[in-house]
Amino acid sequence: MPDESKGINPKLITAFVSSTRNVLSMMVGVESEIGKPALKTESKPCYDVSGIVGFSGEVAGSVVISFHEEAALSIVEAFCGERIEVDNPDFADAIGELSNMIAGNAKKDFGLEASIGIPSVIIGPEHTLARLSDVPCIAIPCSSEVGNFSVEVNIKQVSKVTV
Amino acid sequence: MKILLVDDSRTMRNIWKKVISSIDGSEAVEAGDGNEGLAAIEKSGPFDLMLIDWNMPNMDGLSMVKKVRETDKSTAIIMVTTEAEKPRIIEAIKAGVNNYVVKPFTPDTLKDKIDETMKKVGAAS
Repeated sequence: MPDESKGINPKLITAFVSSTRNVLSMMVGVESEIGKPALKTESKPCYDVSGIVGFSGEVAGSVVISFHEEAALSIVEAFCGERIEVDNPDFADAIGELSNMIAGNAKKDFGLEASIGIPSVIIGPEHTLARLSDVPCIAIPCSSEVGNFSVEVNIKQVSKVTV
Repeated sequence: MKILLVDDSRTMRNIWKKVISSIDGSEAVEAGDGNEGLAAIEKSGPFDLMLIDWNMPNMDGLSMVKKVRETDKSTAIIMVTTEAEKPRIIEAIKAGVNNYVVKPFTPDTLKDKIDETMKKVGAAS
């Protein structure tokens, strides 16, 4: 059995902070203010639009980029160059691609062999998500000129299995 | 210039299309994964350039590049991906990509990489 870390490596959180800033600044032209990361115990994401990316390899779990709907609409508009409503499939596609970039950009700073999955997007009030129960979920609150969002990190480092 | 764009995100393909629209006479064909990319080559090829994402459902970009290079050593291929670690970049170059762009990128970065790649491939042929 692999030796699994029970806690969360602070380096993994830091990676998401810089990745979120980079992706939104470069691809969307939105500058983000990053708040203090805090433990999150409830299974509901902070807001109504969730981009979810899973990790495997030496890192297991997922990250959720949870957007306030108005913030998501503005961010998608800036990303795509046109207003796209929430019920248009391109809206979820854009949120998924941004989430993919945030996860992928963070992964390079882990210093670990990890892979990311294809992003999923859930839209709707009060949705809940299943998370890893043996590792805390850390929510990184973010604000910007277009509204609030949160990066919710529920991942753990998994040691390499040596044969 | 005929360009094949392979990414499962339509949003990303649209961003690529905006970048290549500045290239005189460019014509884009789109595909949503590696399988669709290979089918597009069969149907609409040959292409002058392919932009290929790495992480896609059904067939990923690396597998597509390997398949393409079994029979086509000359078409310019740029991988555009979130995979930024050095071992991944080396793996892609070994598979046969001519250049590599890490997401996120600016439109200028992608345009410069396209110009650089086409010059390099043109000079080699």
